[in-house]
Amino acid sequence: MFAVENGLQGDPRLQAISDAIRVIPHFPKTGIMFQDITTLLLDPVAFKHVVDIFVDRYKHMNISLVAGVEARGFIFGPPIALAIGAKFIPLRKPGKLPGKVISEEYELEYGNDRLEMSMEAVKSQERALVIDDLVATGGTLSASINLLERAGAEVVECACVVGLPKFKGQCKLKGKPLYVLVEPSQLEEITF
Amino acid sequence: MTILFVCYKQQPAVSQESENMTSKEDGQDPRLPKIASSIRVIPDFPKPGIMFQDITTLLLDTEAFKDTIDIFVERYKGKGISVVAGVEARGFIFGPPIALAIGAKFVPMRKPKKLPGKVFSEEYSLEYGTDKIEMHVGAVEPGERAIIIDDLIATGGTLSAAIRLLERVGVKIVECACVIELPELKGRDKLGETPLFILVTSDAA
Repeated sequence: MFAVENGLQGDPRLQAISDAIRVIPHFPKTGIMFQDITTLLLDPVAFKHVVDIFVDRYKHMNISLVAGVEARGFIFGPPIALAIGAKFIPLRKPGKLPGKVISEEYELEYGNDRLEMSMEAVKSQERALVIDDLVATGGTLSASINLLERAGAEVVECACVVGLPKFKGQCKLKGKPLYVLVEPSQLEEITF
Repeated sequence: MTILFVCYKQQPAVSQESENMTSKEDGQDPRLPKIASSIRVIPDFPKPGIMFQDITTLLLDTEAFKDTIDIFVERYKGKGISVVAGVEARGFIFGPPIALAIGAKFVPMRKPKKLPGKVFSEEYSLEYGTDKIEMHVGAVEPGERAIIIDDLIATGGTLSAAIRLLERVGVKIVECACVIELPELKGRDKLGETPLFILVTSDAA
């Protein structure tokens, strides 16, 4: 579900967020129009809009855990967690987290990758939010949902700044709702 | 292994005579003990002999995490700092909340090949070999005032590379700020003229 479908149609903050995201063509490989959120982070007003919209949505949902996917989920997750009084849990690439971890494999275009979470971070029945900068295939978010559910948490929603248009409507990931602020930005046309 | 608290002189928020001022003679911030005790130490990670300072437990303590950010924000707000640079990946956790609160840009400093656009790159030494840290071209402008954030300073290799990278493009680094310092590793010595501000010190091994 996109923000515009849920009460924020015409909200000028969404246009500001979209405008602040830079498109880098053919990164990391040919054909991919990479949505670069680092330019959003250089715009303190637009960055604050992102956090404010998510905080307004989640502050009354009784969420005690915000899980952020390495590395760009680490940028958006903590400000939200702090504002709603929730714990922040980093979901990391293999071998980075010390202590006991649980691990979930997910598919890439070629091959697999793994995501890890500290086993001791989650108490049973906690209500969790998963955050990442962008959702494309949903593979990483699905792995995140699995990790949290295996640890006994209830995933309330997954939230991303950018999402492909296929996630409009009541689209769910592993049965969990998805909330997205904006569609991918387009490359500006160059006129001669 | 001991954890010591950094004693730094903080400007009292109220006058000397007020009852609200901390009663400790050394001016230690009363929030520091909880922050220090929320950090878990994991022995022999990532390899034998290393006492790993695990800040993930701090992030699970909502009060300690908030206090950590508040201390940094109180220190840097209103000082004309327009850039908060955070070192991948744990600097990404502490940097953005500080940047948002002081109205500054957040600039991620990343491992090679992660940033999609044109980058500046700075090499630094590891125990064996070298690594590189990168920043987008155009993220900062000459004359801007910056702080650099990471969770921990050990040998100072990464932070000194971050300083060099920002200084090359004409940015003034006001201070480096970390939650934890491992003073035995003398990372401070690599920072040159740049001051270092930390909340907690600990033993490396």
